[in-house]
Amino acid sequence: MNDKVLEKLKILAESAKYDVSCASSGTSRSKIKGGIGNTSGWGICHSFTEDGRCISLLKIMLTNYCIYDCAYCINRRSNDLKRATLSVSEIVELTIEFYRRNYIEGLFLSSGVVNNPDYTMERLVRVVKELRLTYHYNGYIHLKSIPGASRELVNEAGLYADRLSVNIEIPNEESLKTLAPEKNFKSIFSPMRVIQQGILQNIEEKKKYRHAPRFVPAGQSTQMIIGATPDTDKDILQISSALYRRLTMKRVYYSGYIHVNDYDNRLPVLKQPPLLRENRLYQADWLLRFYKFSVNEIVDDAYPNLDLEIDPKLAWALRHPEVFPVDVNRAEYELLLRVPGIGVKSAKIILVSRRYSRLGSAQLKKIGVVMKKARYFITCNELPMQTINELRPENVRALLINKPKIKDSRQLTLSFEDHIP
Amino acid sequence: MNIFVYDKTFDGLLTAVFDAYSRKTFPDIFLEEGDSFPLFYDEVYTVYTDTDKAERVWKGLEKKISKVSLSCLAASWLSELPKIDILIFRYIRKAIDAPYSIELNFGDPDVLELSHVWKKVNREQHHIIQFLRFQKAADGTFFAAIEPLYNVLSLIVPHCKDRFSDQKWVIYDLKRQYGYYYDLVNVSEFQFQNKEAHHISGLLSENQMHPDEKLFQKLWKEYFNAINIKERNNPKLHRQNLPVRYWKYLTEKQK
Repeated sequence: MNDKVLEKLKILAESAKYDVSCASSGTSRSKIKGGIGNTSGWGICHSFTEDGRCISLLKIMLTNYCIYDCAYCINRRSNDLKRATLSVSEIVELTIEFYRRNYIEGLFLSSGVVNNPDYTMERLVRVVKELRLTYHYNGYIHLKSIPGASRELVNEAGLYADRLSVNIEIPNEESLKTLAPEKNFKSIFSPMRVIQQGILQNIEEKKKYRHAPRFVPAGQSTQMIIGATPDTDKDILQISSALYRRLTMKRVYYSGYIHVNDYDNRLPVLKQPPLLRENRLYQADWLLRFYKFSVNEIVDDAYPNLDLEIDPKLAWALRHPEVFPVDVNRAEYELLLRVPGIGVKSAKIILVSRRYSRLGSAQLKKIGVVMKKARYFITCNELPMQTINELRPENVRALLINKPKIKDSRQLTLSFEDHIP
Repeated sequence: MNIFVYDKTFDGLLTAVFDAYSRKTFPDIFLEEGDSFPLFYDEVYTVYTDTDKAERVWKGLEKKISKVSLSCLAASWLSELPKIDILIFRYIRKAIDAPYSIELNFGDPDVLELSHVWKKVNREQHHIIQFLRFQKAADGTFFAAIEPLYNVLSLIVPHCKDRFSDQKWVIYDLKRQYGYYYDLVNVSEFQFQNKEAHHISGLLSENQMHPDEKLFQKLWKEYFNAINIKERNNPKLHRQNLPVRYWKYLTEKQK
């Protein structure tokens, strides 16, 4: 460990930072005798960068040399940037020492592809094996599965890693072919399938033998880049929804495209990453996973893109005024979840509390319902207010969109600019 | 208005519940010995803490509400908020008087308020688990100091004991001046007797550090800066997720 490692750490962290996944959730594991670490189940963020994203895992690449030339990637082989490779022992020591100081929750290891996928994958597996078997490290490990690596290697990695992931990056095969000619959908989805089969098989084994080794207990995740290709939100969300239908897919991440390779004219020129669109996609993702929405309710042929002005749940509600108003004191859970301003937590609290007494708007507000939105969509213990049906959806929409502050006309304003002598 | 004077301990509060039911008078406010009294009041009653009585109240509560709610109740006490005693008292009284369990009645202002206090304490506990930073001392012990908003240090000990089971560690609450020491077998509570610089600043000086410590701090700071995407900078979100009051003891925020 010396200053050379410092330089390498800097290079390789900068190469890894565009992968947005950071979750350390999904496995709950207590300490092992003579070992270090545990996993907490819900995941812990140990710090936050100045862009507001969490640092949970030591997110780093084994190497940023790569044989591929994907247009959207900072580490493409035609880019002239500093390259470095960390040795197995360096990564292991960094992980353990960071972990002991409570800096991180675990390791997220990825790599550029060197020589061939199998060679790269084998080196990744060597790191996790060293951590688990030699150092008895028991914390979280998230490993990238290299597209094209052999089934045997993926299966071996799955025995030591908590989570495996393969990134889709581009949500459309046509666009993928233009931007990354060396890749295709098959090379991405087949390792996903291998992981999926491994997990399902492991579940069967667990039923028979309680002590069967766990295989990728935290499931898999993936990532899509937003805004690098002309694909609509419908394309993206339909892929997500199809992925979530497989039980082992825990998270799909959306990464607003950052213009890293500005010389490549296959990519659009964006002044700023599409952060708002990314945010709306996450909101839609939450609707799919926790609010029992189906993808066709969020986006369809008439509305292929999400509304940037209002969130997707509110957008759905405005398109479906016939469902409202919902009686908070009677409606079932699924219907409560559909109300803009009522989230999973407040819906559950409403469900248990209304058995004691009818709930009024003051109580709802205290429980955590956003009454500013919800008032147009519910009836509660009080006399009904003006709801969406009386006001009409377009007016509710106008009321809920945050307008820029209008200057108060009664306020005297002095202009000094004209007073130049 | 009835005033109960007690010693500001949890057992004292539970004894107050016992005494209130046996006297059939219930307090409107709780005060400590030496507090100034309000201008008008009807009656003052002084509670003498009795662990037997406290235990009987706790046992009685176990029949009325679930274990989860009981642990929430105890955690809320750790918030040390000024009016927490009377809130817990009212909650316990409601729990005892109601023929059915009240713990899920969030329409009730006291139940809801207590759940909010618990949420605050729970969040602070989670923050400490997130933002605790160990520094390796010359003798190999890992030292971490922090100033929690609420008195939650005892709640994070099980987590630290499980996670860092093969290293000696010290976690110290600089605000309340006590801490825990883990010697690879047991965790014991202790207080620093003589005040040294790192008992006040919370940071080890270079000659107290393990030879490697400086390098790993440097590595971590470098990593922290390298992983940031400048195009996405969002200082407001940064401060929201990583409140400024923790920066003092965060390795990555040191110069």
